[in-house]
Amino acid sequence: MTTTQENPTAQAVELITVVIDGFEVSVPKGTLVIRAAEKLGIQIPRFCDHPLLDPVGACRQCLVDIEINGRAFPKPQASCTIPVEPNMIVKTQLTSAVAEKAQRGVMELLLVNHPLDCPVCDKGGECPLQNQAMSTGNGETRFEGVKRTFEKPVAISSQVLLDRERCVLCARCTRFSEQIANDPFITLNERGALQQVGIYENQPFESYFSGNTVQICPVGALTGATYRFRARPFDLVSTPSACEHCASGCDMRTDVRRGKTLRRLAGDDAAVNEEWNCDKGRWAFKYVTAVDRLTTPLVRGADGVLAPASWPEALAAAAAGLKGKRAAVLVGGRATTEDAYGYSKFARIALGTNDIDFRARVTTDEERDFLAAKVVGSTTTYRDIDVADHVVLVGFEPEEESPIVFLRINKQVRKRALKVSAVATKLSIGVDKLKAEFIKVAPGAESAAVAALSLTAKSIILVGERASESTGLLSVVAQLSDKSGAKIAWIPRRAGERGALEAGALGALLPGGRPVADAAARVDISTLWGVPSLPVNPGRTTSEIVEALNSGSLDAVVVGGVDPLDMANSVEVLAALKKSFVISLEIAPSAVTELADVVLPVAAITEKSGSFLNWEGRPRAFDSAVSDSLNRSDLRILSAVADQMGESIMLGTVTQAAREIASLGKWDGARANFASVTAPGAQKISGNEALLNSWRRLLDLGTMQKGEANLAGTARKSVAVISPKRAESLGVKDGDILRVSNGHGAISLPALVEDIHDDAVWVPRNSFGTQTLISLNAAHGDVVTVVKA
Amino acid sequence: MTKLAPVLSAHWDEKDSFTIAAYTRHGGYKASAKALAMEPDAVIQLVKDSGLRGRGGAGFPTGMKWGFIPQGDEKDHYLVVNADESEPGTCKDTPLLMANPHVLIEGCIIACHAIRAKQAFIYIRGEVTHVVRRVNQAIEDAYKAGHLGKGIDIVLHVGAGAYICGEETALLDSLEGFRGQPRLRPPFPAIAGLYARPTVVNNVESIASVPAIIANGAEWYQGMGTEKSKGTTLYSLSGHVTNPGQFEAPLGITLREILELSGGVRAGHKLKFWTPGGSSTPLFTDAHLDTPLDYEGVSAAGSMLGTKALQIFDETTCVVRAVLRWTEFYKHESCGKCTPCREGTWWLVQILRDLENGVGTEDDLAKLLDLCDNIMGRSFCALGDGATSPITSSIQYFRDEYIAHLTNGGCPFDPVKSTLFSGANA
Repeated sequence: MTTTQENPTAQAVELITVVIDGFEVSVPKGTLVIRAAEKLGIQIPRFCDHPLLDPVGACRQCLVDIEINGRAFPKPQASCTIPVEPNMIVKTQLTSAVAEKAQRGVMELLLVNHPLDCPVCDKGGECPLQNQAMSTGNGETRFEGVKRTFEKPVAISSQVLLDRERCVLCARCTRFSEQIANDPFITLNERGALQQVGIYENQPFESYFSGNTVQICPVGALTGATYRFRARPFDLVSTPSACEHCASGCDMRTDVRRGKTLRRLAGDDAAVNEEWNCDKGRWAFKYVTAVDRLTTPLVRGADGVLAPASWPEALAAAAAGLKGKRAAVLVGGRATTEDAYGYSKFARIALGTNDIDFRARVTTDEERDFLAAKVVGSTTTYRDIDVADHVVLVGFEPEEESPIVFLRINKQVRKRALKVSAVATKLSIGVDKLKAEFIKVAPGAESAAVAALSLTAKSIILVGERASESTGLLSVVAQLSDKSGAKIAWIPRRAGERGALEAGALGALLPGGRPVADAAARVDISTLWGVPSLPVNPGRTTSEIVEALNSGSLDAVVVGGVDPLDMANSVEVLAALKKSFVISLEIAPSAVTELADVVLPVAAITEKSGSFLNWEGRPRAFDSAVSDSLNRSDLRILSAVADQMGESIMLGTVTQAAREIASLGKWDGARANFASVTAPGAQKISGNEALLNSWRRLLDLGTMQKGEANLAGTARKSVAVISPKRAESLGVKDGDILRVSNGHGAISLPALVEDIHDDAVWVPRNSFGTQTLISLNAAHGDVVTVVKA
Repeated sequence: MTKLAPVLSAHWDEKDSFTIAAYTRHGGYKASAKALAMEPDAVIQLVKDSGLRGRGGAGFPTGMKWGFIPQGDEKDHYLVVNADESEPGTCKDTPLLMANPHVLIEGCIIACHAIRAKQAFIYIRGEVTHVVRRVNQAIEDAYKAGHLGKGIDIVLHVGAGAYICGEETALLDSLEGFRGQPRLRPPFPAIAGLYARPTVVNNVESIASVPAIIANGAEWYQGMGTEKSKGTTLYSLSGHVTNPGQFEAPLGITLREILELSGGVRAGHKLKFWTPGGSSTPLFTDAHLDTPLDYEGVSAAGSMLGTKALQIFDETTCVVRAVLRWTEFYKHESCGKCTPCREGTWWLVQILRDLENGVGTEDDLAKLLDLCDNIMGRSFCALGDGATSPITSSIQYFRDEYIAHLTNGGCPFDPVKSTLFSGANA
C-alpha cells in the first residue's frame, strides 16, 4: 500500500520574533499578526479574515495595538492585514484597553443592521457572528433605530440562497469566487449599508465550487437551498468522511440527524483539498436515500422473474450459479479499497481466475500495462503541482473530472503564473480559466503533440482516464516522462480506481502492485492468503471479458458497481450480460439489475466504513455516518458467497480487510514492463464527417447525482461544439440544432461555436438531454456525421 | 496684514483666461519647456526645495511623493490627477479648471517628465459637465499646439460621481474600471498604483502650482507662506459671507484677514462656526478667527487645513441641523467596505435625526461621542474618520445647543432665517 509523504522542503525560512500580549513567538516572515497570535493560542475575533484568501481588512473586527521599534501606530490596526516585523509588539484585546474597546465597538456596529433571527437561521449554533457577539459583544444593544431590510432570500443560483439582511459584507464569498474558484460570478454592489452581494444580470452564480461560499460565510447570509431550514447544527451528529464522487480525495464531514444525512461539508486537509470541495461532493448525497434503493436480495426464479429472496436463499443461489463455472469479475471504480480487495481476492480464490477489471470504460491493454508499470505504487502528489515548473494536461479536464486538482493548479497559476499546457481538441472553460497553453489536436492525434513537448524533471504530466481512448498516447506519455524525468500522475474520474488498482482488481496485477506473471509475487500473496496456489494466467480486460462472455468462453460474471451505460460498447456489454449468469452487487437498480440472476443489495458510502485511495495513492478513510441495517460492505457479502461456495476468503469485516491490506507490505520486485504502442493518428474524414470528442462534465446524469434538482440547476448546458470554420460551412450559428449521427444512432443538441479543432465535434457524455455513449455507441476519435438539423 | 497673492488665479479676471492664447500670452508653457530641458531628478529636487505640499487635504510634500517612484525599473509610470472634488464645501478645483485649465496640463507635462511617466490621467467627477468640456477642449488645444502628444499624453476620465473616488486608491480602482473602493496599503500607489504600476496621484491644485514654481524658482515660492507651509493657495470662501469665492493668499493667512479682504460675514450677522477645510475637518468658531490657516496652525488648533474650504455659518444656523445634513451625506457616500463607516454613519444619522427633533436625552450625546470614538481611527480609510469630525467638534463647542433641542422638544431655530431668501417675503 502506498503512503504519500510530504516533501520536507528543507528551505530555510526566515523567522521573525514578535511579542504578543507579553509572549514571544517566532513565525515565518510574511506571517500576519492575527496568525502569529493564533500560534500562541490568542484568538483575535474576525470575520473577513480567512487564511486561504487574500487579506482585505474590511470588517475591522480584529483591531489590535501595534508598536514597532518603540513607535506605536497612532490607531489600532487590523491584525489580518499586517505582517509581522522585527521588534514588533502587539497588544490584543487581552492587554490593550484600546483594542478591546475598538473590537467591542466594531461588534456593536456589525449588529446594528443584523437581524435578530438567530432562532430560525441555519447558521445559529455554529455562527461566527453569534459566537463572537458572545465573546466580544455587549449584552444589550444601544441601537434603537431602524434596521435596513431587504427581500429575503434571493436565489443567486438554484442551490445558493442569499439573505442580504444577515450579510456582514466581509467579502469572503466574493473573494473565494474570484481567487480560489476563478469564477467571479458574484460581486459586491451598491454603497454603504445598502451594499450587497449580487450576481450579474442574467448570469447566476453557476460555479462548480459555489457551496464553499455557504460554508465560509461567517453569518447565515448564504445558505444552501436544499439544507435551508432543515436542521439545527446542534441536532446533527457529525462524522469525518471522505468524498466518493471523484479521485480528488476530499476530506469531508457528513452531518446526520436521526439516521438521515442532511448535509455534507468540506473537511480541512491542507495537503489535499485545503478547506474546499466541489458542489457535487457537497450536495450529491440523496442517492443514498433514494426511494428505489435495493433493500432485499433478488433471485431470478425458474419463471424468469426477479423476486425478493432471503439472504440465505440469495447467497445459495449465487454460490450455486458460480460453482464450477468459468466466471469473471467486473468491479466499478466506485468501490472502496477494501471492497476492491474483496473482489480481487474473491476472483482469485473463489473463482480461481485473474479475470477481473475495475475499469468500466474504454479500456486497452496499453492502459493496463501503463497502470501496472507507471502508476501502481507511484507517489506523485498535490505537492508536486505546488512546486512544478510546468503542468501538462493529457486527456484530462481538471475542472470537470477532478475539481480539487483544478483548484490546486489554479492556485499556483494565480500565485506564480505556473505554466500549464493542455493537449486537447476543444478549449474548455476550465483550461481557459487556467490561462493554459491550448495545444489543439484532432481527436486521435494527441500523441504527436505530447511527443513534441519539452519538459524538465520538475514538470508534471497529469493524465486522465480518457488518455486510454487515444491509442499510443499513454506510450508517448511514458516516453516523455522517461526522457525528461517529468513526473506522471494518473488521475481517474472515480474515487475507487486507484485503490482498485493497488488492490489488484486488474487482470495483470495482484494486490500491492505485484505482477501476476511474477512467481515470487504469487507466492507472496498465496502465503498471505493461506492458499496453495494462485491462478497463473494473466486475466482478461473489461472488453475481453465482455467478448468472452459473448463468445461463450466465460459463463458467469460478478458485477459490482458497474453501469454498462458508462461504456462505449454498451450494446455488446448488455448482450454479454443477457447471455451469462450474472450476480449484481448494487445499491440501486441499474441496467445490470434487469439482466441479473442474483441481485445482492449493498451499503452506500455513508452506511459503511472503509477507505479510498485518491489519485495520489493517499488513503482517505471514513467511518459509517449512519447506522443502518443495510450496513453490508461488498466484501462482507462476497465473503459470504465464497463461504457458500466452500472457498472462503475470510473477509468478514472492513477492519479485517484493512488489516490484511496493511500487512501486504511493499512489492520490491521488478515492475511489469511497459511495451510501447505506436499511435495510428487521427482518422481521415471528408464532407460533413467529424471526429467525436467528448468528456463527462462534473454535473451530469451520474447515478450518484440522482434526486438533486438544485444541484442539477447549475449544470452546464448540453451543447454540440464545432469550430467557426465548420459552422460557416454548415451555415450554423450558436443555438441552431446540430444532429450528430453515425450508423448506430443520432443525437441532436444546440450548437455552440467555439475554439475546437476543425475536424472535431464535441458533445458531453451522459449529460442532460444527451446520452452520447449509448446513442452513438462510439468513443473518442470515432467518425460521426454532423449536419444542421 | 497678509495680502492676497494671486498666482494660480492671477488672470482669472480676463475674459479669455481659459484659452490657450491667454495662457500663452502670460508665459504659459514656458515652464514645461524649461522643465523638459532639465534632468527629471532636478525637477523633483526643485519641487522638493520649493516646499510645495499636497493641496488635496493631507498636505504631503509633493516633491517627496514624486521621489518615491522607483527609477530605472523599466516599468510604465503613471501620473493621476485627482479632480474628483466632492467634499462638501470644497470648490477650488472646479473654478481653477474653468478659469485656467492649461495650467493643469502644463503641470502634468512637468510632473510626467519628473516621474518618467508617458501617460497622465485626469479623473474628474462626473457631475461637473462644464468642467469636463472645458478641460477636454484645453487638452485638444494643447495637442494641437504640440505640447501634448510628443512623449506625454493625457486622458481625461469622467467619474460617475462617488465621494469615495476622491480617495486616491478608490480613484485608481474606479479608473481601472472597477467599483471605487479603497485598496489595502501597502502596496502604496508609488509602488503599485494604476494597473499595478508606480503611480503618483496628485490633487489638481498641487499639479497646477508646479509651472509657476518651475518658472520662478524654489526660492520665490519659499518666500511665500509660513515656515513649514510654503507658497500660496486657494481659500474657498462660502456660506454666510458678503462675497463668496476663491481667495488666493499665502498659506498662514487667517480667517479674520480673509473676511476683511472679502467683505466679511453677511450684513447684520456674526460668525458662529466655520470649517477650515471642508466638512470632514473639525469645526472652528469665532475663537479661531486668528488661527493661521496653514497645515501646522490649523492642526495645532484641533482641526485640519484640508482643502481650505472655508464654509462660514452665522448665528442663524442650527449646528445640529448642519451636522445632520453632513452626516446624511457621509451615510449616502459611505462605500460600504468597512464596518465602522458603513454601519456607523447609518446609526449616526438616526441619532442626530432624533436629536434634531428633540427626541432623546443627554445620554444620547454621550452615546454619540462614544460611537464617534468607535468609528474614528477604526475605519478602513479616512472617510470614516471625516464623518465623525463635524459631530465631535460641534458637541465640543455647542453642547448647549444640542441640549436646547431636547428641552425645547425640537429645533429652536427658524431654518428659513439661515437662507439667502430669508426676509424676501417678510
